[in-house]
Amino acid sequence: MIAAVAHPTTTWYLLLAAALFTIGVVGVLVRRNPLVLFMCIELMLNAVNLTFVALAKALGDIGGQTTVFFVMVVAAAEVVVGLGIIVSILRKRPQATADDLAELKG
Amino acid sequence: MELFVFIVAAGMILGGAVGVITRSHPVHAALSLILTLFGVAVLFVAQNANFLAAVQVIVYAGAIVVLFLFVIMLLGVDRAESLRIDPVKVQRPLAAIVGVGLLAFIGGAIIQGRDTIHKRGAGIDIASATTSHDSNIKQIANDLFSNHVFAFELTSVLLVIAAVGTVLLARRPGRSGAADSSVSAGSPSTTAGATDKAALR
Amino acid sequence: MLDIAWLIPALPLFGFLVILVLGRRLGEPKAGYFATAMCGAAFVVAVGVFLDLMSKPGDQRHKVIKLFAWLPINDLQVNLSFLIDPLSITMILFITGIGSLIHLYSIGYMHGDPKFSKFFLYLNLFVFSMLMLVMGENLLVTFLGWEGVGTCSYFLIAFWHTRDSAATAGKKAFVTNRVGDFGFMIAMFFAFKYVHSLSYSDINNAATSHQIAAVTATAIMLMLFVGACGKSAQLPLYLWLPDAMAGPTPVSALIHAATMVTSGVFLMTRISPLITVAAPWASTLVAIVGVVTALFAATIAIAQNDIKRVLAYSTVSQLGYMFLAIGSHAYVAAIFHMVTHAFFKALLFLGSGSVIHGMHDQQDMRFMGALRKLMPITAGTFIIGWLAIAGVPPFAGFWSKDEILLYAYDKSPILWALGLITALLTAFYMTRQVIMVFYGKARWNDDAKAHGAHGDVKPHESPVLMLAPLVVLAGLAIVGGGLNLPFNSTTEKLSSWLAPVVDVGERSLHHSSEDIKWVLAGIATLGALAGIAVAYLVYEKHRVKAVEPVVLENAWYYDKAVSDFMGGPGRESFDAVAWFDTHIIDGAVNGAGRLVQGVAGVVRKGQSGLVRTYAALIGVGVVLMLAWFFFRGVAQ
Repeated sequence: MIAAVAHPTTTWYLLLAAALFTIGVVGVLVRRNPLVLFMCIELMLNAVNLTFVALAKALGDIGGQTTVFFVMVVAAAEVVVGLGIIVSILRKRPQATADDLAELKG
Repeated sequence: MELFVFIVAAGMILGGAVGVITRSHPVHAALSLILTLFGVAVLFVAQNANFLAAVQVIVYAGAIVVLFLFVIMLLGVDRAESLRIDPVKVQRPLAAIVGVGLLAFIGGAIIQGRDTIHKRGAGIDIASATTSHDSNIKQIANDLFSNHVFAFELTSVLLVIAAVGTVLLARRPGRSGAADSSVSAGSPSTTAGATDKAALR
Repeated sequence: MLDIAWLIPALPLFGFLVILVLGRRLGEPKAGYFATAMCGAAFVVAVGVFLDLMSKPGDQRHKVIKLFAWLPINDLQVNLSFLIDPLSITMILFITGIGSLIHLYSIGYMHGDPKFSKFFLYLNLFVFSMLMLVMGENLLVTFLGWEGVGTCSYFLIAFWHTRDSAATAGKKAFVTNRVGDFGFMIAMFFAFKYVHSLSYSDINNAATSHQIAAVTATAIMLMLFVGACGKSAQLPLYLWLPDAMAGPTPVSALIHAATMVTSGVFLMTRISPLITVAAPWASTLVAIVGVVTALFAATIAIAQNDIKRVLAYSTVSQLGYMFLAIGSHAYVAAIFHMVTHAFFKALLFLGSGSVIHGMHDQQDMRFMGALRKLMPITAGTFIIGWLAIAGVPPFAGFWSKDEILLYAYDKSPILWALGLITALLTAFYMTRQVIMVFYGKARWNDDAKAHGAHGDVKPHESPVLMLAPLVVLAGLAIVGGGLNLPFNSTTEKLSSWLAPVVDVGERSLHHSSEDIKWVLAGIATLGALAGIAVAYLVYEKHRVKAVEPVVLENAWYYDKAVSDFMGGPGRESFDAVAWFDTHIIDGAVNGAGRLVQGVAGVVRKGQSGLVRTYAALIGVGVVLMLAWFFFRGVAQ
């Protein structure tokens, strides 16, 4: 019954994805807990996925969806490895935050 | 109808995202992430990407976030961090600049280029018995196994490498404490195996 | 024959290369004969070229042989070219001629020396360099030869390098020459800047056609004169020449009497058109420096006891005469005196070498005497040389010295008077030398007794190889005056021969001077005879007490003054310059490094190691890039 005042166009999806991406970036910059940092990266990946899918529909190209498929696979692998690293680091230093892992200090 | 779906899903997404970055307790943040992922899955369906929506829920929400939670519980990093102040004073202003800038420019670019998006491919369709088009999953499969077969094989290799690598990375040094190590090493590899199988379906 | 004139320097160069490779194997005396043959062959070719040149009419006696383009840079085109004209062929003839004689002499003199072949190696290299110097068509080829003769002079002076005095003398010669070379180089820079060419013909033409200002011509000429002062041992750069006597006597004869030291005179004659258009005070300066040097050196010579040192100061003095001539614009006279001086000075040096050889390396004249009977040929030729240098007619020296004095008188009677006094002193000290060495009592055992030597010293005559060149040179010293007898224009052969080269600048005598030239000649002869007579009275008859003040023996303490200056204020200025170099110039370079280090140290603080900051900066970069792309798109 709710008459569609406006039809969500591709642009809306893209803008939404952009917003999600931005939130993810800000999260990466602000959060100090390594795991939450990782989650924000996942947000960014999802934003990208959403962009691809929206454009796949708009351009009528199935390739966009295939790309998303691959992104998901690689994201999974990345999470696995990343968490493995976090586990091995935090085992030694249980309360470490992203600021404490500063071995690259010049 | 579509508008309603879009608004609800958008709300879920943005709400979850904001929750991820603002909740101090990591478990709360993980739950917010799940909300976001579900929202994205809904939008995938709205965009005729049924297969991907399913994969999103199964893999992302079902496996990856679960992994996150496992690690949080395992390592006991469930203590909330203080978000009141940031030790690095320049960080918040920089983050603000980056956030605003990104949104402005990406948004601006999107709005500027919206007229340039034209249909050019063969089209995509959901599974439907009424039309003669292939179903979505069939289309993806066609594209995947004809145009991207090498990439496909490589990703499977990648997954194996990731699994093996993580086992090695997370292993405790030394043979003592083997029981502990097998337990902690076991969980990532088991879930990796699950992820593996899920992806190959 | 003219076309193969390039053979003239090529033959000694070939000799040098062969001895370089095979010298040790050739050994004594083959290396010596080979080197002499090369020099002699060059002389033969030179005679051929000379005859060829003579067969041409006067104004066509000019040939440029270009070997290759040496420096073909945009604005500066310098070729390795030879210029064969009357002046250069004159120089070539006596360089190769006297050079060959001295090569021959050296085979006898250097007999038994372990470094026999090396000596001839350097001698040939020297002849090659000197030939390049005089045959050069432009300043750069001459400079090549200039530097070459300086280097060979160093090698040869320090030939017995294990002797401290020889090594030091070699270094002194080289360093003092270098000061002169600096002037030469500045002159080349000027020439390039204002004439855009280093070629003599271009420079001289630019001078005569007044394309360059008188100031420029004066500057170039004076800078070349500085170079000439260094090479030709004029005040204040003469101090290397007396010390250079530490080298073997043939070296002194060849380099420091006949050839290298005359390069300055040659150079000044080459650029005579420049001297003509230069400011008048510049040539007066040259003349003054020349005559003062002549007088200065002559005063020192009367108090020297080493047989070679007397001759060394005598060389400085005679070179002063040549520069007096140049300063008076009497180029023909200068070249004439250069040629005759080459004859009799080489003769005197070789003769003294024969004496030293016969006295078993005794060089102090106080322990010689009465050698006339024991070394007759040496004595005879030496006496001929003495008469020539003293200016007794009809020997060669009289004619050439007199011509210089005539032109000096024409320029200024004061210069003439100083020159006359010098002539008197020359006659005096040379007579003193002859008497001390060949006449009087035999004092050669005094030294031996004083040093407790074993047995008596028995002087003997030298071998034929050494005597033959003496005889030839004596003959030339007798007849050499015939080159330019001032009776009339037919007998003035050298004048007409050199006319195409020096005509532009040659001074023509005022009638007043022309008229009294025989009077002046008579006065000069009287002066010479007076000098001889006084020396005879002092040293032979012992009627008058010998006056040999210590100040003269120590050469007016000039050497000491120079070393004091260099050690004292000189050293301080050098240290100041060195300090400047270390602290300011090096400091600037090192300071740049330190600045970078400092800045890096500050920038390093940005490397906090915090991943989040790095990520933030990446983010800022991304935003900036996006902005750029966005606004670029908007602009389009």
